[in-house]
Amino acid sequence: MTQNGLLDLAGGIVRKAMARGASGAECTIDEGDEFTAEVRLREIESLKEAGSRGVGLRILMGKRTGSSYTSDLSGEGLERLVRSAFEIAEISTEDPHAGLPEADELGSISGDLRLYSPGIENLDPARGIELAKRAEAAAFDADPRISNSDGASFESGTGRHVFANSRGFAGEYRTSSCSLSASPVARDGDSMERDYWFTMARDPGGLQAAEEVGRTAAGRALRRLHPVKVETQKAPVVFEPRTARSLLESVFDAVHGMSVYRQESFLAGKLGEKVADERVTVTDDATIPGGFGSSPFDDEGVPSRRTPVVERGVLKSYLLNTYAARKLGMQTTGNASRGLTGNAGIGHGNFFLEAGVQTPGRIIAGISNGFFVTGLLGFGVNIVTGDYSRGATGLWIRGGELAFAVSEVTIAGNLRDMLLNVEAVGDDLEFQGSLAAPTLKIGGMTVGGK
Amino acid sequence: MRFADSIFAGRFGISTRDLDRYLAAALEHGGDYADLYFEYLLTSSIGIDESIVKNAAQGVSMGVGVRVIAGERTGYAYSDDLSPGKILKAARVAAHIASGPGKTDKFDLREGLRHDLYPVPTAPTETALAERVELVKRADRAARAYDPRVFQVQAAYADNLRHVLVATSDGVLTVDRQPLARLSVHALARRNGETPQQGHAGGGGRVDLGFFLEDKPPEHFAREAAREAIAMLDAADAPAGETTVVLGPGWPGILLHEAVGHGLEADFNRKGVSAFTGRAGQKVASELCTVIDDGTIPSRRGSLNVDDEGHPTARNVLIENGILRGYLQDKLSSTLMGAAPTGNGRRESYAHIPMPRMTNTFMLAGGSDPEEIVRSVPKGLYCANFGGGQVDITNGNFVFSASESYLIEGGRITRPVRNASLIGNGPEALKFVSMVGNDLKLDEGIGMCGKAGQSVPVGLGIPTVKIDRMTVGGTA
Repeated sequence: MTQNGLLDLAGGIVRKAMARGASGAECTIDEGDEFTAEVRLREIESLKEAGSRGVGLRILMGKRTGSSYTSDLSGEGLERLVRSAFEIAEISTEDPHAGLPEADELGSISGDLRLYSPGIENLDPARGIELAKRAEAAAFDADPRISNSDGASFESGTGRHVFANSRGFAGEYRTSSCSLSASPVARDGDSMERDYWFTMARDPGGLQAAEEVGRTAAGRALRRLHPVKVETQKAPVVFEPRTARSLLESVFDAVHGMSVYRQESFLAGKLGEKVADERVTVTDDATIPGGFGSSPFDDEGVPSRRTPVVERGVLKSYLLNTYAARKLGMQTTGNASRGLTGNAGIGHGNFFLEAGVQTPGRIIAGISNGFFVTGLLGFGVNIVTGDYSRGATGLWIRGGELAFAVSEVTIAGNLRDMLLNVEAVGDDLEFQGSLAAPTLKIGGMTVGGK
Repeated sequence: MRFADSIFAGRFGISTRDLDRYLAAALEHGGDYADLYFEYLLTSSIGIDESIVKNAAQGVSMGVGVRVIAGERTGYAYSDDLSPGKILKAARVAAHIASGPGKTDKFDLREGLRHDLYPVPTAPTETALAERVELVKRADRAARAYDPRVFQVQAAYADNLRHVLVATSDGVLTVDRQPLARLSVHALARRNGETPQQGHAGGGGRVDLGFFLEDKPPEHFAREAAREAIAMLDAADAPAGETTVVLGPGWPGILLHEAVGHGLEADFNRKGVSAFTGRAGQKVASELCTVIDDGTIPSRRGSLNVDDEGHPTARNVLIENGILRGYLQDKLSSTLMGAAPTGNGRRESYAHIPMPRMTNTFMLAGGSDPEEIVRSVPKGLYCANFGGGQVDITNGNFVFSASESYLIEGGRITRPVRNASLIGNGPEALKFVSMVGNDLKLDEGIGMCGKAGQSVPVGLGIPTVKIDRMTVGGTA
């Protein structure tokens, strides 16, 4: 079953911890290889290639926990790993909710999730370099105003994730990914603007054509040229899929079980209530074959699943790991996520807002005066209060058409109101990564400008 | 510290002959330059939540990165295994960037100059865990004791000790031992059934544990976080649109980091993609503004004895009386631009290629009394604290988000307002600085700067500053 002995190593580390007196233990091993080619002005700028692995251990001493990690896999390194976790458990406090998932909660979904494509491993670096060169060249060829470039890059990687615990769980899976991106710079007179486009897939065959990536990036940079700063006003805001994604990230942060039990989310205590317009349905699904948010089991060894989060505007579920579930008197939703170190946190699977029926063109055509947001800047989202205030760039909508470029303005509101004021959902849902949203129109936001 | 006394020579048995051999392998196909960056990093973190120490960890990571530069090209490979075979393999992978005859196998490695900015005999990471866990417990108690409306407190203490060895084909050999520690506190307060508000505070530096026991005890940060959360309970909607902004001293120096710092990193300027490209010698700020990046301030979070390419850090003037003076350089950009290195080549770890990065970035004090600055504003916004910021270096637009701000009405600070982002344009925003206070303050030591996927610790600072015009992203 195990191909390179890491599963046995993880099991051995768990047994070592138990033999030393732990009442529970879990061990994570991550191994990966990465390759990056960066190209600029049609020449190679950098090549990077490497592999690494690391081990994380978490032990329980009754209701106390201790965690440690190491990239030193020598005998001495692993001895230190175990010792370190016990030292940490010594100084931690008893926590009545600490523990591993129950034995009957552990498991793995069956079937091939298509997370790994062997094509990546045999990939000739020259092909990645070539793709990046073609993407950048297509951007330059798109328009003479594309006069410079911040480069184009191709990245690929493979990973192996291994997890074992003292309740008998042992599992591993492999992943692969590759991506291609281009960042052209458009210049016209005094105006200089940069934008980017990217594509990612489990296998190079799944990537968008390099020329399409370059042309799309060029088009995005060009349409930003000669922006104006508009007057401060209330206006509907349309988020294109790339910026709508960031709103969905905020929804994830707000249904994050740790934030919910600490009451530091504006959605805490709202289960079963209407929190969004009925056009809004948000789902977390870690079982989609090939998805970047898919996995057979979560980082505590609980099978992955599909969880409706918001259904037609009603909050149906938070996303939970074992700890948050116990704090809230609920069941884990299989969303445990962790690096090598520390307790499990919470992550999402493929987290998406379901597509609506209108084309983006129809949505824009229905707006006499509004803001089409193509870029966001800054971190002005407060999940505790829902206060939202970010820098934005994009295009102004006048009489149902995209009229002129806008930048150096802010958009502001409160996420509570913004979710309720979703006035249109586009039909253009597409995954690039594990989080996706279609075009969204939100009414009544404040645009801060002159 | 000398190479011979380092963990790399001691525990890992690495000799200068080995380093010569690895550098020779890196240059076996030619190239202009190669370097090795060895890292041995010990980390610890202790978190308290609901008065329970429930998330603590310690760990070790180590590895070596090998870089080869050939013209404008960089080849990079790394290994987390420090055995000679694995290091040679990484060197040979990096070597593929060049294509020509091999270079010399003797590099005349000599230990170069370095500062001694953090003479800490016992790093926090080397002290007893039992001593460090008290810091988060004390912070938790103090934040809760501040006000009964405080109902959630999280405190996190984290430290690390980074051992570094840099060897370059230019003959630089340097070792450093870099301690770093920080304590941060997050408090939530609530009045009756209303929406909670949050407050943040934290600090630290390249210090020993005494910093948290004497200079800045946990109670200092805890009270500050609780105070901010309580203050925000009365927050009104923030204004929207252009207004006069007064930045308080310290962390609001993030304005400089976003508005000018990133835009002056040499890589962006060498490539011509920064809004500041070609503006050296031009006026980019009011003459009241002198902005410095200084990696040599003792014990500061952003300071380093040598940068991550083995060059001593320096005090670099970025803007002098409003005139753009210089860029922040790393090895690659300074070579290609024919400029002197400035000691700003930094990287997140051995797995990352160095880039020009900031260290501690601040504005020099001016002559105005801070109270007089506020009194001079009939209507505006006073920003006491910020969260993070971000910049688009190409068009120069930057954003930074106020976490604690107040209205100024009739020359007086009146009521608090909700979180709002401020937006401006780098080469333009500082031209509207009309008063600079005499109260320069550096931040307390909590900043993290991200660029191209790499995070490094940095410092910030600013005196009280009045900016006549800036766009505020509120709703009122």
